[in-house]
Amino acid sequence: MSLLNIKNLTVEFPTRRGVFTAVDAADLSVEPGQIHGLVGESGAGKSTIGAAIMGLLERPGRIAQGAIELQGDAISGLDATAMRSLRGRRISMIFQDPLTSLNPLFTVRQQLVETIRAHLDVSEAEANKRARDLIDRVGIPDPDSRLDQYPHQFSGGMRQRVVIALALCSEPEVIIADEPTTALDVSVQAQILDLIRELANERQVGVILITHDMGVIADTTDKVTVMYGGKVVETGDTSQVIGAPRHEYTQSLIAAVPRPQRRLHRFPQLSYGGRETRFAIEDLARSWPKVENDPSRPLLEVKGVTKTFIKRQGLLPWDRDYFTAVDNVSFDIRPGEVFGVVGESGSGKSTIARMISGLYQLDGGSVEFDGKLVSDLSDKARQAEYRKEIQMIFQDPYSSLNPRMRVDQIVAEPIRHHRLLDGKAVDQRVAELLERVGLGAEAAFKYPHEFSGGQRQRIAIARALATQPRFLICDEPTSALDVSIQAQILNILKDLQEHLGLTMLFISHDLPVVRQMCDRVAVMKAGQLVELQETEALFNAPKTDYTKSLLDLMPRLEDLGDAPDGA
Amino acid sequence: MTETTTTSKSRPKSRLARAWDSDLAYAFRRSPVAMISLAVAMTLILAAIFAPLIAPYNPFDPATLNLMNGFTPPNEPNAFTGNTFWLGTDDQGRDVFSTILYGLRISLFVGFAAVMLGLTLGVIAGLVSGYYGGWTDTLIMRTADVQLTFPSILVAMLIFGIAKGVTPVEYRDQMAIWVLILAIGLSDWVQFARVVRGATMVEKNKEYVQAARLIGRGSIPIMFRHILPNVLSPVLVIATISLALAIIAEATLSFLGVGAPPTQPSLGTLIRVGQGFLFSGEWWILFFPACTLLALALSVNLLGDWLRDALNPKLR
Amino acid sequence: MFSYIVRRVLQSVIVLFVVGLVAFAMFNFVGDPIDNMLGQERTQEDIDRLRAQLGLDQPFPVQYWKFLMNAADGNMGVSYRQGRPVTDIIAERLPATLELALVSGFLALFFGIVLGVVTAIRRDGWLTNAVMTVSLVGVSLPTFLIGILLIYVFSVELDLLPSFGRGEVVQVGNWTTGFLTASGLKALILPAITLGLYQMTLIMRLVRSEMMEVLRQDYVRFARARGLSERLINFRHALKNTMVPVITVTGLQLGSIIAFAIITETVFQWPGVGLLFINAVQFVDVPVMAAYLMMISVLFVGINLIVDLLYVAIDPRLRG
Repeated sequence: MSLLNIKNLTVEFPTRRGVFTAVDAADLSVEPGQIHGLVGESGAGKSTIGAAIMGLLERPGRIAQGAIELQGDAISGLDATAMRSLRGRRISMIFQDPLTSLNPLFTVRQQLVETIRAHLDVSEAEANKRARDLIDRVGIPDPDSRLDQYPHQFSGGMRQRVVIALALCSEPEVIIADEPTTALDVSVQAQILDLIRELANERQVGVILITHDMGVIADTTDKVTVMYGGKVVETGDTSQVIGAPRHEYTQSLIAAVPRPQRRLHRFPQLSYGGRETRFAIEDLARSWPKVENDPSRPLLEVKGVTKTFIKRQGLLPWDRDYFTAVDNVSFDIRPGEVFGVVGESGSGKSTIARMISGLYQLDGGSVEFDGKLVSDLSDKARQAEYRKEIQMIFQDPYSSLNPRMRVDQIVAEPIRHHRLLDGKAVDQRVAELLERVGLGAEAAFKYPHEFSGGQRQRIAIARALATQPRFLICDEPTSALDVSIQAQILNILKDLQEHLGLTMLFISHDLPVVRQMCDRVAVMKAGQLVELQETEALFNAPKTDYTKSLLDLMPRLEDLGDAPDGA
Repeated sequence: MTETTTTSKSRPKSRLARAWDSDLAYAFRRSPVAMISLAVAMTLILAAIFAPLIAPYNPFDPATLNLMNGFTPPNEPNAFTGNTFWLGTDDQGRDVFSTILYGLRISLFVGFAAVMLGLTLGVIAGLVSGYYGGWTDTLIMRTADVQLTFPSILVAMLIFGIAKGVTPVEYRDQMAIWVLILAIGLSDWVQFARVVRGATMVEKNKEYVQAARLIGRGSIPIMFRHILPNVLSPVLVIATISLALAIIAEATLSFLGVGAPPTQPSLGTLIRVGQGFLFSGEWWILFFPACTLLALALSVNLLGDWLRDALNPKLR
Repeated sequence: MFSYIVRRVLQSVIVLFVVGLVAFAMFNFVGDPIDNMLGQERTQEDIDRLRAQLGLDQPFPVQYWKFLMNAADGNMGVSYRQGRPVTDIIAERLPATLELALVSGFLALFFGIVLGVVTAIRRDGWLTNAVMTVSLVGVSLPTFLIGILLIYVFSVELDLLPSFGRGEVVQVGNWTTGFLTASGLKALILPAITLGLYQMTLIMRLVRSEMMEVLRQDYVRFARARGLSERLINFRHALKNTMVPVITVTGLQLGSIIAFAIITETVFQWPGVGLLFINAVQFVDVPVMAAYLMMISVLFVGINLIVDLLYVAIDPRLRG
């Protein structure tokens, strides 16, 4: 008998436009001491399963059929009181964002003690002792003094440790971890996953680890269940599912994961479920202005740029705290190359993108494009020229398109603003761009909310191409997207370089993607450039310890086997 | 959510069809309270607009007034003249129904104009404050904070008092309505400014604004073309609730004798007049204007309340 | 934390200076004080003498400084209408307003918070729906109508309670109180309900929406996932977080009780400062208006300062 057993679970959300089946007849079982991965793309229904186990489905969601059993006893359909005595005591949950899962107005001790006493019949003193032991166990240094601190005094990783301690308060049998490391940096992510692994072994807890990240699955889990569109498509030992997937969807999903080991010409695209999109960037080349790239001279020169932000606003100058986001960074970008910038959050990589694009005023240094100074924002004429030459693709396609504007207005805005074309010619250019990025001309008359994430990112690309720029800044262009969509977007970007000769600045925290995309890579740490090398050289023989440690943290996807080249 | 709904080649719908199909319209069709409120509010607004056509008498035309008609109870013939008035008459023999229609006109005019004034000022101040930040923001928001310390009704009274002191006596009655609009409008902008500022600060950091800046768009087009349409839904909610508040504020000021003058009576003025006769038995002079005021304020408030819930579905 | 408090105090002082400037400007520019104080028969000599006497011949900043000094001294000039020092008039009438505000403020806060919390927790019960509907009627019913209605029912029809005035009052030092006599207490009931009802509905609706917002937060979901009881979640976790925004607005509401007292005092002919002020506005009695403004701003700024300090007590993030 399994610890937790889910049989034929179906969860439905009645909506205005009919019943939406979030989970469709799913089966799942977890053994003690086992980490069971639940993987799938957004909308696959994996978080809904977690909520259903906890009895915390958002209204109006309901379990339409099936059963959830804990140690053989059915727990689905229990009443609210019975369910509450189960939650926290026998099943715990860890949420994605440690910044919002702790009550800001209570100390860590208060939150731990109240949880312990809610479940175990112990004295105040005993509860305090347990709280201290737990904080110590999850690896928070100096537990005695940190217990009386408030959540805002902890860093993100430490907060997630507190959340784990809270989940352990009453010796639960099952822990559901819903994307527990997605909000954290790679280095912290590895530590938290190790902690979960240790705890599972030590306490013989069954863990359901919900994630979208194949790397996390490969590194941490014993068994894995793959979901697609609310259905379980495959379940089995992690090494089997990852190494030799049986289902067509799992196969294409795993193929789409960028590999750190080898550079491919193109990414294999997910074709399952008829989701393949055709785009034709090469057709754009016919109308694209021919640029003669002079390889001897850099297209963009970044010279000693510096940017400081005010961290704490004060009434008086000496009351303020400053923080140097980018500190005296210099590099050149050659025409036609893809130049990568990698680093953890807060390393200053996005700030650099915004400085080059002129969204931020520089506090020091200069930026030259095609031999002309472009970092002087007061030179309006030069700025106007520069604006036509560079464009940017942003991280979050849900926020980078104005929801109140129609797609044709969005794509045409740069053309109209610079008065590049008029009348019918604008519409023709817009239609052509939308056609070439694979959306079709009829997309022009819709609004952004009618499109999915990947489609929106293609609208953003169409907008970026509207002025026929020579230089494109991509700021984490795929980190908000599912892995299958990521492949599609990256292939478009590769085509832009290949067929249109675009020069690119590619910013990412994802090293495997960087290896696939970039010609040269700069590594940033705390506002400084620590290493700059040709991509292959950097990955094969990093010069600095920091780069080496970053490379060591990459998910070890050896088990995944080699991916086919999508070319 | 799923790709299947978006890749289908549906024909672009007309604006009207879109509006009808929108979640807001759907929520409206399912809420009897909202429908009744809208019906009541629209009836009152239309009655006010077409008052000269609907009203049986013109209460401001001295030629039609007959003091003998004074204090006629509703639907009873007058003891002296034998005239019957549906809702009775007041002390000067004016038909209560007609004075309500004309009073409604003034109340609604002042309410709408004051909200428009407060909205325009507040939205601009909020956009500028939220978009530019820095000392501009500090200046605008500190001013707002100081004003917010003082309840709007008090601010309105002060503005009214000052304006009354500044205008020459012979113009005071003529100016009263405009002063009232100014007073209520100026006391009202803070609400809009705060909400628009907050929303603007959220929108400003969204990538579509950065994309527009990257294209080279200037601050004014970004504020008005990009950000404004995205912060309008809370503005709509506040405007509705403000309308109710402005109507009540106007009635209150007029009731206190610092609002609409007796020559241009609003609902508040009518209630002020009626209060004197309530205890001597002539209840209808107060009762009907009071009911009209309540119906107006309540229906607008209900609409605002419904709108807030409908635009923020998480609340339910 | 210290710099936070210093900043708040500084801001309060600035607010008082600005309000003082408005009050002073009213004095100087709203109507001509000379016109107001001298009758029709006056000579140029009279005018000049009075100008010098009032200090109107001095430069603006000097005049303003003197005005502030005088105000701090409790000297706010002489009422145009009553010919008595404004400070005396206000001191005489202030107890009536403060007693009324105190009682209705307590009513509004107590019932507002309790009803707000209850309706937020039980979102869909029939009681909640009834309370919410009644509260909307309450918000839509102007205060003066509530007052008239209460008078009509309880004074005219039922003849239970007085319809105007304060009843018998007792002099305690400089303070006149209506709390100590039966007629004083009876007279207080209707005005206190009238004044408190509107504020109560506002506070209730605010508490409810803030609480519902807090109940949707991740940490409440996590508290639920840890198996804490609903009682603990509602009254420990949610309520404390609700109080942060509620306190600010409640501070403002308490301030507005004093301002809304103007209306209630008019309806019930309650002999407080509100009635004084509305008469001053009607007759453009500028010194009384200015003094009322100064007095009320000191009160408001004081309330806001207390609110800011309460904030620090509740929210550890501000203690830094």
